[in-house]
Amino acid sequence: MKKYIEIQNVAQTFKTKKGVFPALRDINLTVAKGEFVTLIGHSGCGKSTLLNLIAGLTMPTAGTLLCANREIAGPGPERAVVFQNHSLLPWLTCFENVYLGVERVFGAASKSTGAPSENKAQLMARTDAALAMVGLTAAAQKRPGEISGGMKQRVGIARALAMEPKVLLMDEPFGALDALTRAKLQDELLEIVARTQSTVVMVTHDVDEAVLLSDRIVMLTNGPAATIGEVLSVDLPRPRNRVALADSAQYLGYRKAVIDFLYTRQAHVEKTAA
Amino acid sequence: MVSAVFHSPLAAASESIAMKKEASHIDSTRASGSKALDAPASAAASASAPAVARPPYDWRGLVMVVLPPLLGLGLLIGIWAIVSISTSSSIPSPWETWKQAVVLFSDPFYRKGPNDQGVGWNVLMSLERVAVGFGLAAAVGIPAGFAIGRFEFLGRMFNPLISLLRPVSPLAWLPIGLMVFKGANPAAIWTIFICSIWPMLINTAVGVQRVPQDYMNVAKVLNLSEWKIVTKILFPAVLPYMLTGVRLAVGTAWLVIVAAEMLTGGVGIGFWVWDEWNNLNVKNIIIAIFVIGIVGLILEYALIKVATAFTFEEVKS
Repeated sequence: MKKYIEIQNVAQTFKTKKGVFPALRDINLTVAKGEFVTLIGHSGCGKSTLLNLIAGLTMPTAGTLLCANREIAGPGPERAVVFQNHSLLPWLTCFENVYLGVERVFGAASKSTGAPSENKAQLMARTDAALAMVGLTAAAQKRPGEISGGMKQRVGIARALAMEPKVLLMDEPFGALDALTRAKLQDELLEIVARTQSTVVMVTHDVDEAVLLSDRIVMLTNGPAATIGEVLSVDLPRPRNRVALADSAQYLGYRKAVIDFLYTRQAHVEKTAA
Repeated sequence: MVSAVFHSPLAAASESIAMKKEASHIDSTRASGSKALDAPASAAASASAPAVARPPYDWRGLVMVVLPPLLGLGLLIGIWAIVSISTSSSIPSPWETWKQAVVLFSDPFYRKGPNDQGVGWNVLMSLERVAVGFGLAAAVGIPAGFAIGRFEFLGRMFNPLISLLRPVSPLAWLPIGLMVFKGANPAAIWTIFICSIWPMLINTAVGVQRVPQDYMNVAKVLNLSEWKIVTKILFPAVLPYMLTGVRLAVGTAWLVIVAAEMLTGGVGIGFWVWDEWNNLNVKNIIIAIFVIGIVGLILEYALIKVATAFTFEEVKS
């Protein structure tokens, strides 16, 4: 198992008007290549803060984050992010939204791998392939305003995957979708990840989603100063089928373990927060 | 601060009419569906091709579009006629004014000397001054707005100056213009420049400050170059705000040019109004008021059309 992401003693504090707010402390986590890891915890526990740290959008107050043995000094296309609210640019078509990332990664000669720059036809072929992977070839020339929420999220995934990132970071990617669309996209994601062998770190608040998708579930304690409470390995065989798993004792056992952590040991007490 | 609102009453009215049309269309398809209950095949056919079952022409919708504006216009002319009668025609009647307008517009582009030119020339000269003054203001105000919005230091530096100078009536700048440029025409253009720079500058700056953080995060994650950030994210995101600024600026400029020309003279619709007042030709003044209104309406309408064409759905989080 090759370590891809290493998080060592990371802490994050924010300066607010009321003073210094400790968001995360003592975070230690490694993610192996090809692993699917979900971060779960109550809202406000710092899941997204941790993901933003891995993305390089924010810098840790203490500790180090490494990606492929290099320190994460800022955002980069090797760590593609799928945002919760899809964050597509509304004035570009779906094709152009995906092309923007493809052009940046493959349009110029790569310094690290020495790969030559690709011509326009190759870049467009990559874009088409990414849209085809999420089943949106027909909607390529539509603007985000003209397609449904599930389709927008698919374009966001296509944009991230088209850059062939080392790690795919997803911040509650299906949180804004209805239950049926969410299930459909989860199945699609499982299939795409199996095919592309992607390494994924995903933030979620959905227990079923975490158990269905993950190799490991990282459960965070309640904030402020949240840290990793427990890591659960999910040894369900792949490919996974949600219908078959629905009454599998093993699946229900994992589910129970996460629920137990979230609602018994880390029951969210609003009084302490207020 | 000025907010980005593109709705004109005209657009709102047509929207509500469109909604009513939609509703009546649904009603008619429902009716045809119930009729076809005993003939399922034809029901399926009409459902798959709704264009076949065309709803009857929407006369009620047409009446709702045409009648209220006509009534409004009628009210205006009615009050005008009453005022005209009660002042024993020192305010000319609508009919007299109309006859004069027909004479006037039968030859709008005559030239009988520097101070006696057709109404068409007067309007065109005013529009030219507005265009030059506004164009210069856009060339300065929009880039300045980008800079002030993008860099907090510049924002803090210029905000007090803008707050101080913006409430000043543009006409107060006219003497400065006359002194510096030593001519009536450049002074009028200078006045237009001053009055139309503020809306564009402020709206552009607000637009830049309100570019959603999500878009900037996308730029960071994709590691876009500065040029791509400006052309693909910043500029399209700011465009609606900028166009609102442009629309407000043109509206203000058209208001101010009339007053400026009254003071500076020369050929122009404002001077024309003042000249006709000196001739005690009230009919022409009323015609001028209508001309100014119609030109302003056309400018506004055209700019709203441009603005809506460049406005995209905001990201809903």
